[in-house]
Amino acid sequence: MTALDYTRFETVRAFRNKRFFLFSLVFPLVLYFVIAGPNQGESNLQGTGLSAPVYFMVSMASFGTMTAMLGTGARIASERAAGWNRQLRISPLSATAYLRAKVVIAYTMALLSLGTLYLAGALLGVRLPAGQWIAMTMLILVGLIPFAALGVLLGHLLTTETIGPAIGGGTSLLALLSGTWFPLGQSGFVHDVAQGLPSYWLVQANRVALGGHAWSLAGWLVVAFWSVVLTAAAARAFRRDTGRA
Amino acid sequence: MASITTPAAEAGIRLQGLVKSFRTAHGAVHAVRGVDIAIAPGETVALLGPNGAGKSTTIDMLLGLARPDAGTVSLFGGTPEEAIAAGRIGAMLQTGALLRHLTVRELVAMMASLYPRPLDVDEVLDLTGLESTARQRTEKLSGGQSQRVRFAVALVSNPDLLVLDEPTVAMDVEGRHAFWATMREFASRGKTIVFATHYLEEADDFADRAVLMARGRIVADGPPTEIKARVGSRTIRATLPHADVEALQKLPGVAGAERRGASITLRCTDSDVAIRALLVGHPATSDIEISGAALEEAFLQLTGDVEDDTDTETEAAA
Repeated sequence: MTALDYTRFETVRAFRNKRFFLFSLVFPLVLYFVIAGPNQGESNLQGTGLSAPVYFMVSMASFGTMTAMLGTGARIASERAAGWNRQLRISPLSATAYLRAKVVIAYTMALLSLGTLYLAGALLGVRLPAGQWIAMTMLILVGLIPFAALGVLLGHLLTTETIGPAIGGGTSLLALLSGTWFPLGQSGFVHDVAQGLPSYWLVQANRVALGGHAWSLAGWLVVAFWSVVLTAAAARAFRRDTGRA
Repeated sequence: MASITTPAAEAGIRLQGLVKSFRTAHGAVHAVRGVDIAIAPGETVALLGPNGAGKSTTIDMLLGLARPDAGTVSLFGGTPEEAIAAGRIGAMLQTGALLRHLTVRELVAMMASLYPRPLDVDEVLDLTGLESTARQRTEKLSGGQSQRVRFAVALVSNPDLLVLDEPTVAMDVEGRHAFWATMREFASRGKTIVFATHYLEEADDFADRAVLMARGRIVADGPPTEIKARVGSRTIRATLPHADVEALQKLPGVAGAERRGASITLRCTDSDVAIRALLVGHPATSDIEISGAALEEAFLQLTGDVEDDTDTETEAAA
């Protein structure tokens, strides 16, 4: 019950932060209309087999949700800067409940970003069977697990000054390497590197619209690998930062 | 129903042999060098001392925010973690800022929701003089108002032990007055209170007991009146050429005297009596200035018996 109230107030706080709306909602939305709008009639974008509105709907959603998840880091860093983490540590709020609240908020934000882009997609004529909408959403939610952990990790490693550029630069670079702005070639060095990134598989969730399996076994393994590695790193950073056993 | 008092219920706070050092670029800083304090439930204790005395580090160890290098902390018969998990500890810490993007009322309500037996949020806002600022965002408050919010957060948790680290630092006179009035009421409910302060007056007015710290050690522990008698509550500074320090020390109301060139400093237990005696016995006295106790100086005198090892020293091989 108490943890629920905490999550509720933390959500209110997150929603009042204008930066969130700009970077995880407005920015991807505007880019979507700018990039996919003029190519609305393109039914097979650079040989992907996907229409431009479908491709960019998911690729922009990957960018928005990734940013939303990393927002956890900014929230933790500002809490640490204010010394409020110390105030929380002498309260009965457990470390688990604290981290759970942070992750729940990140996912709430990500879902909002995702929903907005789905609506924008529908406006540009994206029509998918209900099963595909659901499958796509599920893959994105799973693909965001590494970013949930990365948000916590960055929040404990960086300061309020450094975390903004780190998140902004990091997501931009990941987006570039993951086919967010344009589809990557099917081979070559960039393609090989991209396949090892969790953000690449977020974008690949768009292949749900082709029917069949959107993620190869390699995709599942990459996401699982980063989930485990980043969760372990986040737990370590959290413990070291807070001096908790 | 028979009342059963377990040893745990009887136990208060016990700090034993606490030691804590920090590594810095200049070597190790020995912040706390062996502190033993036992506090009974319901006691109000002031931790007195100048900056760098080790008060905040001691409080951090008491709250489990810092791990002692040596020694143990026991709160109500358990570890700090256990007492915290049970919601028995509330604290007003020296922190940089409040959590942003919330109103004052929301912040206090959020913290109240974390504790098992919180006080009523509106009642606490009323008690801390925040009813008119309750709907304001925390990032728009003045220093004094922020300090009140921190106090409200500590109070609303309704703890058995309330720890306050220099609680009145940013408050104005009126704020201080209201603060201590509220604390007195809270103490009367049988709560245990530990507060750190620079101000001897605060310890004297409010605490049952004062623990005087200097350079990481306890140098005195007793009723505030005793400490006050040793330290002096006010200081008289004046110009008096060729002053006889021994004669000045014997003046009524004077705890200690010092001379530097033509200027004298008297630490007084009763400055009213002392000033009259000074003017009668030494009519040449001029440029008289009476101020609140200069604790830093007084502490240093009191702690003259503690060997003068500097606060920073390189770690010697053990």
